[in-house]
Amino acid sequence: MSTAPMADTVVAPMLADPMLPRIASVRRRRRDGPQVWTLEMESESTIDRGFVPGQFNMLTVFGVGEVPISFSGDPADSQRLIHTIRAVGPVSAALAALKEGTSLGVRGPFGVGWPMSEAPGRDVVIVAGGLGLAPLRPLLYRLLAERARYGRIVLLYGTRSPEEILFRREIESWRRRLDIEIEVTVDHAVGDWRGHVGVVTTLIPRVSFDPHLALALVCGPEIMMRFAIAALRDAGIADEAIHLSMERSMKCAVGLCGHCQLGTVLVCRDGPVFRYDRVRDVLWIKEI
Amino acid sequence: MEGLDHIIKAHPFFAGLDQAFCDLICGCAKNARFEAGEYLFHEAAAADQFYLVRQGRVAFQLTAPGRGAVTFQTLGVGEVVGVSWLVPPYRWTFDAKALELVRAIALDAACLRGKCEADHDLGYEMMKRFMPVLIQRLQATRLQILDVYGTHG
Repeated sequence: MSTAPMADTVVAPMLADPMLPRIASVRRRRRDGPQVWTLEMESESTIDRGFVPGQFNMLTVFGVGEVPISFSGDPADSQRLIHTIRAVGPVSAALAALKEGTSLGVRGPFGVGWPMSEAPGRDVVIVAGGLGLAPLRPLLYRLLAERARYGRIVLLYGTRSPEEILFRREIESWRRRLDIEIEVTVDHAVGDWRGHVGVVTTLIPRVSFDPHLALALVCGPEIMMRFAIAALRDAGIADEAIHLSMERSMKCAVGLCGHCQLGTVLVCRDGPVFRYDRVRDVLWIKEI
Repeated sequence: MEGLDHIIKAHPFFAGLDQAFCDLICGCAKNARFEAGEYLFHEAAAADQFYLVRQGRVAFQLTAPGRGAVTFQTLGVGEVVGVSWLVPPYRWTFDAKALELVRAIALDAACLRGKCEADHDLGYEMMKRFMPVLIQRLQATRLQILDVYGTHG
């Protein structure tokens, strides 16, 4: 496990030609929920040996297309590229269906990750919704690997139903550690589910953290993030201490094409992780 | 009654309550206990009490043919169970089931409605406390209806 000082981005100069995909191959494929698959890949390139939690790669299914997918694996594991994909469109469905041994293209890592350098000594409150847990899992690996460096660690996770809880076995294993507070809620449940039912924002007042010391990290559908931010602010966390991972249509991933423009920022280059006060004014504008 | 007075004032729902109001509310209150699996109330029954949860968790459920009981909300310590007692026809619109041992303060709805009718200051105090709960639950319901974690999310 690496415990080297953390940067919030892996420097782009490592990429001689950021538009040129490298070849990787699928080593393992695991179903992590309805339409959700985690691909474990290997690459010969040394570029694919490191990333910062919150960054993403552009993954190409040859002959189909390319999509941005966040890293979801352990940043200390330099041998494997791990991405979690929900099959919703033609490219993501083709990616999710790739068999072991199949080749695919990889560009990256791109973007600004979670503000790891701001976390030591502070309480860390993580609010995840649905597949939004995937870009946060690398962060959780890092926080737990260096547990003593942080105050309270709280993970609040909301998803649709008990069957759609992502990384369920890991969540259960983290719960057993006793040094992280984890609350999971679902929108509705049938059968023997004994956990919370309701929206993830309702969990925020139920957990304890020091709002003046806390760093809040939010990832999920944009509507859920807006409500989560409101609840975090109600709990006393300042705008400057809230970070969120934004999603827009990213194409080039290096700030050239402008597809992912969000007001004055480009999500691929300036994000996808933003401090809330940097995007606060554009988050509520429906036209962008 | 002194014990109930203390418990009611300590419950987050009644935080900061004036003693005079507390005295009125205590007159309609009693302790309640539900074992795991027991129902606090059933859909379509008269909403004649509501509950301040002191211990345990409660699931709100609706039963659908072929699906069994579907839980759409759970509540826990410090929360209030039941708002249908506030408005006619005073009937529950879902089942409330104890997921574990639940200790609560049960408040007699007819008793409290009568006191609110007689003392509008008390009525307004109750409305000020229930309205945020109603708004929060309405907003939460909107999010659930939107199904934000669906494939379009």
